[in-house]
Amino acid sequence: MTLVKDDSGRESEDDKGDMPGGGDAYVPSQRRLDRERYKRARARRATAIAALSTLITAVVLYVVVVSAPGWERTKETFFDAHYAREALPKVLEGLWLNVRLLLICGVLVLVLGMLIAIARTLPGPVFFPLRALAAAYTDFFRGLPLIINLMIVVFGVPALRLQGVTVDPVWLGGTALTLTYSAYVAEVFRAGIESVHPSQRAAARSLGLTNRQALRHVVLPQAVRRQVPPLLNDLVSLQKDTGLVSIGGAVDAVRAADIIAQRSLNYTPYIVAGLVFVALTIPMTRFTDWVTARMDRRRAQGGAI
Amino acid sequence: MSDVPVLRMESVRKTFGDSVVLRDVDLEVAPHTVTALIGASGSGKSTLLRCANLLEEIDDGAIWLDGEEITDPRVDQDAVRRRIGVVFQAYNLFPHMTVLENITLAPRRVHGVSREEAEQRGRELLERLGLGGKAGEYPDRLSGGQQQRVAIVRALAVRPRLLLLDEVTAALDPELVGEVLNVVRDLKEDGMTMVLATHEMGFARDVADQVCFLDSGVVLERGTAEQVFGDPQRERTQRFLRRIVEAGRL
Repeated sequence: MTLVKDDSGRESEDDKGDMPGGGDAYVPSQRRLDRERYKRARARRATAIAALSTLITAVVLYVVVVSAPGWERTKETFFDAHYAREALPKVLEGLWLNVRLLLICGVLVLVLGMLIAIARTLPGPVFFPLRALAAAYTDFFRGLPLIINLMIVVFGVPALRLQGVTVDPVWLGGTALTLTYSAYVAEVFRAGIESVHPSQRAAARSLGLTNRQALRHVVLPQAVRRQVPPLLNDLVSLQKDTGLVSIGGAVDAVRAADIIAQRSLNYTPYIVAGLVFVALTIPMTRFTDWVTARMDRRRAQGGAI
Repeated sequence: MSDVPVLRMESVRKTFGDSVVLRDVDLEVAPHTVTALIGASGSGKSTLLRCANLLEEIDDGAIWLDGEEITDPRVDQDAVRRRIGVVFQAYNLFPHMTVLENITLAPRRVHGVSREEAEQRGRELLERLGLGGKAGEYPDRLSGGQQQRVAIVRALAVRPRLLLLDEVTAALDPELVGEVLNVVRDLKEDGMTMVLATHEMGFARDVADQVCFLDSGVVLERGTAEQVFGDPQRERTQRFLRRIVEAGRL
């Protein structure tokens, strides 16, 4: 066989084209220098405007809040340093429960969501009941407010007095969270599966792969990769909703704050708990942004189809 | 044995909704021959190939592969597809896999070949098609011509009985067309049975043992390349070829 062998030269040539002034005796022209000077001046101006407008906004907000007639009372009730110090260790202790709930529920949600999404895309009449069940599940739990779901599971299940079924509000609350979030995540996965172009499946099937093999090796890996940003978004959301298990009496960060607030009639612990949750979600949100940006960059380079 | 055509179609009919895409199509492809399907866009060339690979279900008629009717609903379609290789116009490589993973997927998962063996054969094929250094690259790092050659290797890796090529150069820049057509030419020399839909008339005349001119889902004219290109009988074929010549494509 005599075949084409022309690949070696092409790419290195292309690379060189992008390097500004690589190797040769390049001297930037006056035109380029002018352009860059103008851009620098414009950037300085933009920074100055941003700083000024931030300052004005801050001052206005401060004046509006502090001059409010109820400010003094509000400050005492919501921003009391003494109660903040008392609440913080208890809230952090409670937060450990939220973190554990997030880890366990997060894993369960991803697994269950994936199974439901796959069930919804199974072809053939045999799987009709499974498809219908999965569709009904997502419809129901996406529509049911989480708080009502929690109350039904946390208060309803113990009322049944079933043998061997836990009445622990943590387990029951976790179950409710998993039920609701699996429905959300299943829809994210399903959207991902459907976003993979049919030609990919056709290529896989034309190689003799069965439907299941095509799904496993070709469709799902691409679907999951594409859905990483929305999935992380749902996990951030789950992270803060773990605070809702407190309605069943589980002592998490919210409940810990609640206990002190009830006793002292001061709401500062709630502010502390709120800030702790924000602090916990920020790294995750930033991570989500970073992953999204990275994937966008890949696409912009003509990467993933 | 060699009398049995690799692919045979009889009175194949395929519709999408109201439009009839294939009408009463008969086709016979003898072993170790190349059949070129020519005709305007939308004349049914691609659909014919997709039907041959059971990616589309035909409405009427029958298709045989090596004498076995594959349009029988009791036939295992996956087993049929295993014996037919397809190369698509848009390559359809798997973007999340390296070149080598693209190529070894089917041998390993479908044919139960060990990883070492699959990779060795994959590397050999890549080497033969001038892609020796690209095994570890992802498809989006390759030029169109390179991607299309990888797609050909992927189809060949399962040692198919029949290779279907669906306008494999249509998405390529003119200077990359040649490298892909050379591969097809070499495959013919190796005795691969192929059916190709193409707009490259010069290439079709050069390489095809049988040329079929499709017009609105009907095989209007068929014969050797000399007959169809040199002495077309039907008025429509003449008109089609005249337009091609005027466009400087023949």
